[in-house]
Amino acid sequence: MATRNFGAPVRRNEDARLLSGQALFIDDVELPGMLHAAFLRSNLAHAAIRSIDVSAARARDGILAVYTAADLGDYWAPGPLLVPPPPIAGLTFNQRTQVPLAKDKVRHVGEPLAVVLAQSRYLAEDALTDIAVELDPLPAVVDLEKALAETSARVHDDVPGNVAARVRQGRGNYAATRARADHIVGRRFRYDHGASSPIETRGVVANWDARADQLTVWDTTQAPVFLRNGLAAMLGLSERQVRVIAPFVGGGFGPKIMLFYPEEVVIPWAAKKLNRPVKWIEDRLEHFFATTQERGQIHDAEMALSRDGRILGVKDTFLHDTGAYDPYGLTVPINSQCTLLGPYVIANYESTFTAVFTNKPIVTPYRGAGRQHGVFVIERLLDLAAHELKLDRAEIRRRNFIPPDAFPYNNEIIYQDFAPLQYDSGNYAPILDKALDLIGYDRFLAEEQPRLRAQGRHVGVGVTCYVEGTGIGPYEGAKVQVQANGKVSVATGIGTQGQGHFTVFAQIVADQLGVEVRDIDVVTGDTDQFYWGAGTFASRGAVVAGNAVNEAAKAVRQKILKLAAEHFECAEEDLEIANGAVSVVGIPGQAVKLGALALKANPMRGAVRPGTEPGLESTQYFGPPSGATASGAHAMIVEVDPQTFALKVLKYAVVHDCGTVINPLILAGQIHGGVAQGIGNAFYEQLVFDDEGQLLNASLAEYLLPTALDVPHMQIAHTETVSPLNPLGIKGAGEAGAIPVGPLFAQAIEDALGLLDKKIELLEIPLSPNRLFELTAKLR
Amino acid sequence: MTTDTHDITVTVNGTQYRRAVEARTLLSDFLRHDLSLAGTHVGCEQGVCGACTVLFDGAAVRSCLMFAAQADGHAIMTVEGLAADRDHLHPLQESMRDCHGLQCGYCTPGILMTMKVFLEETPAPDEAQIREALSGNLCRCTGYQHIVEAVALAAERLRR
Repeated sequence: MATRNFGAPVRRNEDARLLSGQALFIDDVELPGMLHAAFLRSNLAHAAIRSIDVSAARARDGILAVYTAADLGDYWAPGPLLVPPPPIAGLTFNQRTQVPLAKDKVRHVGEPLAVVLAQSRYLAEDALTDIAVELDPLPAVVDLEKALAETSARVHDDVPGNVAARVRQGRGNYAATRARADHIVGRRFRYDHGASSPIETRGVVANWDARADQLTVWDTTQAPVFLRNGLAAMLGLSERQVRVIAPFVGGGFGPKIMLFYPEEVVIPWAAKKLNRPVKWIEDRLEHFFATTQERGQIHDAEMALSRDGRILGVKDTFLHDTGAYDPYGLTVPINSQCTLLGPYVIANYESTFTAVFTNKPIVTPYRGAGRQHGVFVIERLLDLAAHELKLDRAEIRRRNFIPPDAFPYNNEIIYQDFAPLQYDSGNYAPILDKALDLIGYDRFLAEEQPRLRAQGRHVGVGVTCYVEGTGIGPYEGAKVQVQANGKVSVATGIGTQGQGHFTVFAQIVADQLGVEVRDIDVVTGDTDQFYWGAGTFASRGAVVAGNAVNEAAKAVRQKILKLAAEHFECAEEDLEIANGAVSVVGIPGQAVKLGALALKANPMRGAVRPGTEPGLESTQYFGPPSGATASGAHAMIVEVDPQTFALKVLKYAVVHDCGTVINPLILAGQIHGGVAQGIGNAFYEQLVFDDEGQLLNASLAEYLLPTALDVPHMQIAHTETVSPLNPLGIKGAGEAGAIPVGPLFAQAIEDALGLLDKKIELLEIPLSPNRLFELTAKLR
Repeated sequence: MTTDTHDITVTVNGTQYRRAVEARTLLSDFLRHDLSLAGTHVGCEQGVCGACTVLFDGAAVRSCLMFAAQADGHAIMTVEGLAADRDHLHPLQESMRDCHGLQCGYCTPGILMTMKVFLEETPAPDEAQIREALSGNLCRCTGYQHIVEAVALAAERLRR
């Protein structure tokens, strides 16, 4: 089999549509008679609802209906728990999930209270001002530590201390190790992640076709199949009666995997009740409250080391802000707990976290999904240990790497996919060496930094390492079908938000079936095109769905060969598939086009043998036993202006191992975008809540996404240790760029300003010019 | 609430439209929903993200910050006007495709319109100039690097 497409930087199939303004996004769905929804949202973080009077709003012209929780009747119910807690002994978990419209109490700013359905969005928003709401304010639970106090207000009246969960995991015996360690380094770390902020917000459009008894829902979801199944159950319909379409989605990065958002529950119900299509599009202000986000953790962590810098053990106790509800279970803090271990041998580990309810928007995974928090802790501990033990920062990492002959490597704790945290394959030292080489680490420290410092410039270097659990189960499926026109269609159940699925899946099929990539039509995210699937999350699309596509394409290839062998009355071994046709090797002119074979495979008359399946198609599923572990290193040289604390990144390098690469161009794009989000997290983006639980910077003018001037040119290189867990050897790459940027910035800025020698440590993310000014106050 | 309407005549991508619009109708909503030119996207409705950028008498403007009524008598170009069809893309679009300058594609129309004017004014830009010109358009997917490369390539192709 020629491998001319797999591994090549193929241009994307989806781009022509996107570039010409022809791709269908959610707000482009227009239906006759469509109504428009607007939600009335709480302006308080914590309050008892005394009354909601919608009569004046209902009386307005152009208003079809106004609904509150009371109108939903038996349909009103708390949402499902999306991810139950993994099987970890002794864990505590208090399930409290979000509701469609608030009933007795509001628990965060932006929680929906009522919905208006009108002839236009303008009219719907007008009517919101006519709804009279009486709220009795309650003390807001905002600070993680204060929330745990017995005297604290309660987000959920029946959950004392606001404890959403408490989980302890570990291996070995940290206490015994600590007693014999040469050196202990311990600190308190704060890591705050932000809002994923896709440029397209969320939206839902629902249409009830009464004649067909059929509900169609367009939704900006990363998980259309689960949305369909859940909606069908809630509305008392069979799954066949519900079609969910995730059209082109303008970025997701995690929060669009969350379901059921209140709007996803209310809009389809209203469409069915009113027998009219209904559209709701989130505006940017709503997005800061109504879409889930990630936020902060506080870690009290220490590392026990030998004199020569070998990690003997780590102990970490942390608090995790889960927001007002916890529909996504423990995924984020478990990722923090597991990913902290990184590429290092840590024989003794003791980690305990407490997830805390607060009166803030719900926390669910956002690109990295808690991994950043853990990586920040371990990488900063290593930096501080290196400083105290007078070791080189790269060297201390190299000394602690899991050796290449130790795989599969079992960390003996449970990961978010319920499987033991076992790394499938990896080779970490070459990654670090390559990263150091790309930025000229040794030369910088030996020559450039002293020279530039002598000129009064503040330049520093940083290097951080990480692993990323990717490509977790349970499974995905794909249907590959040769069409009569000779083109091939591929359908899979995952949603897509810009990852290039229309191209990478086509590349996989192209090689198997000898068809051009552009002649392969990939459909994702339409439950009528493919029935089963889980969704796009955890860097798993290429790994899990990609392998399902490969299996299906292989099966179709076998069908093609079998049918062509019958056609030519020859052996399958004498056939080759290329250029959209099957030909007999060595006999010019003996060829049949795939389209003609597809027609032949669906005869209109005549008898076929028992067991014959029509068409050249196959549906196959793939589920890995556990996740494939990708890894990498980022390195950076930065210059800091000591007056303004503005940063200039002089060099940025990423070396990454995600196993077999399907499309290096798309992979580079994933890394670039991840790094950009990591930079935003490290230095620009912070959700600032006051002690009333009000978000003070809910606009893109104040919540600063990095621009083209803030993201540097990046050099990218790859190493390749294939995954043994799937036939294509792939590991996921979606989140890798974003994960290690926080500690990289802290380390490089510390180095640039020589802070550690001045007894100033950067133990928090995000940093910013303002925050650096505050943290360095004692120098002035 | 206002219901006063204005009769406007506006030329979009070379086609003249006469419509009655409410005074408060945003230009972005008018283009997308009244004229069904949905290629212009809306990301923030306050002029920060740049996704809704269109050309207004040849200048790049944010259509979410203007009323449709203000377009009376003016000429607008949207992303739909850049190329005759999907198979004959503008060199800027072709370069974005060649360099993988888009992922989800949502911010892309605004970037294309902003860069079209930029390249007319700056036919041989360096990387710093491109980044400066791009800095008013937010992209959350690409990290900008491939967009910068695409714009440089487009400049080269347009100069030929």
